[in-house]
Amino acid sequence: MPIKVQIPQAMRQHADGQANVDLAGANIKELLDNLGAKHPNIVARIFENGQVRRFVNIYLNDEDVRYLDNLQTATKDGDVVAIIPAVAGG
Amino acid sequence: MNDFVRGLKCRLCGKSYPKKPLNYCEDDFGPLEVDYDYDAIREVINRGKIELRPFNMWRYRELLPIDGEPTVGPLVGGTPLVKADRLAEALGIENLWIKNDAVNFPTLSFKDRVVSVALSKAREFGFTTVGCASTGNLANSVAANAAQAGMQSYIFVPHDLEAAKILNTIVYGANLIGIKGTYDDVNRLCSQVADRYNWGMVNVNLRPFYAEGSKTVGYEIAEQLGWRTPQHVVSPMAGGSLIGKVHKAFMEMYKVGLLDKEPRCKIYGAQAAGCNPIIAGLKAGSETHRPVRKPNTIAKSLAIGDPADGYFAIKVMKETGGWGDDATDAEIADAMLLLARTEGIFAETAGGVTLAVTKKLIDAGRIPRNEEIVICITGNGLKTQDAVADLVERHPVIRPNIDDFEAVLNGKREIVLV
Repeated sequence: MPIKVQIPQAMRQHADGQANVDLAGANIKELLDNLGAKHPNIVARIFENGQVRRFVNIYLNDEDVRYLDNLQTATKDGDVVAIIPAVAGG
Repeated sequence: MNDFVRGLKCRLCGKSYPKKPLNYCEDDFGPLEVDYDYDAIREVINRGKIELRPFNMWRYRELLPIDGEPTVGPLVGGTPLVKADRLAEALGIENLWIKNDAVNFPTLSFKDRVVSVALSKAREFGFTTVGCASTGNLANSVAANAAQAGMQSYIFVPHDLEAAKILNTIVYGANLIGIKGTYDDVNRLCSQVADRYNWGMVNVNLRPFYAEGSKTVGYEIAEQLGWRTPQHVVSPMAGGSLIGKVHKAFMEMYKVGLLDKEPRCKIYGAQAAGCNPIIAGLKAGSETHRPVRKPNTIAKSLAIGDPADGYFAIKVMKETGGWGDDATDAEIADAMLLLARTEGIFAETAGGVTLAVTKKLIDAGRIPRNEEIVICITGNGLKTQDAVADLVERHPVIRPNIDDFEAVLNGKREIVLV
């Protein structure tokens, strides 16, 4: 079973219009590298100089990866990874 | 009425977008902000024209992002700016004002301002269902204003909010959903809901428009002071948007000719010690906030651990020469009592945070004692009564008898308690 990566609406134009991309990877970094191999334009928008951009949050099964092991957080088959703009609320 | 909005613009890269319900840039995820034609606004706005209009937030409508007249919340705002001499004396300062949004209409918090803009805009975009992620006050306001507008609402809150904030949402017929998690969990879920359903989520896809409503706090302060800005403004920080919008309001007023002098107001932010991501970032000299995983404070309305505007809040405090601090639960409750007992204003816990932090900033010499200060009270104490319930004295209960009353006056309460 692959890992599902959820793409927010305004970014789907950079991922052939897909809301979810099924991928493999042992951790978040590897997973996003694999996303980049398929859809380089979206990964260029998530990262800047190798760092996750300021207003991007990444969640593994509804938990913010900053409270786990960040990009090194281990992933396994069946996980759901969500990429969500950090510009809501308040 | 002309529309002075050119569109939306990314706060990071400046990329332009047409007016639409979208809160982030498709190039870098940066927050979008409303882009106005200030030159055109300057041509049509002046003090005299504004002063002839009813005293509510819509008297500044050229500087708000709606097309035509507001259709939701036309009476919001126009709250008192109170000269707080007794509180000033208690704090050992000379010149203090309270901007009192605890009596904002209709739901007793500053959130009615942002919701009025957001729901008017939601209507323009054709949404019939609206919603939000909230720590309570926004929930109350979206519920009430959506009811009045005849819109459906879905409102998401942390499950452990104060009872008054829950009841004050449900009473309006809103669909309220309690989430087992922190506000940040609620907020993340709401972004996912907004992504999947074609709803107007006021602080997600409508956020660029919504946030502009907060500017009216600043416009009102400056007008109520006689078309000038104070030297210092202290405001609470949850998502961190309000302090930036107050500052933006002052700068815009100068830009469109409503203020004679360029504002030099220093802006200060207040948080609870139990949820202080922005203050922790500020004090550490960091460019942005330091997320708090598990907030723990009686100031639940400010309990946002990962504030969307943390970066911009730190920037505005630093760039204006202001500062910020945090307050413990005990300090918050004490400040609520101090405000109530000197000025007759019962503020919610967030007001206690703002006053307690103001006191700290004065005592630390950050704010000079002889300069003019405005503090922003953003919510009403009737919604957070538990915070002070244990601190207030029990009152005597007596028979309807003059001797019993005199016994109370003479301090012999124990004999008259029945």
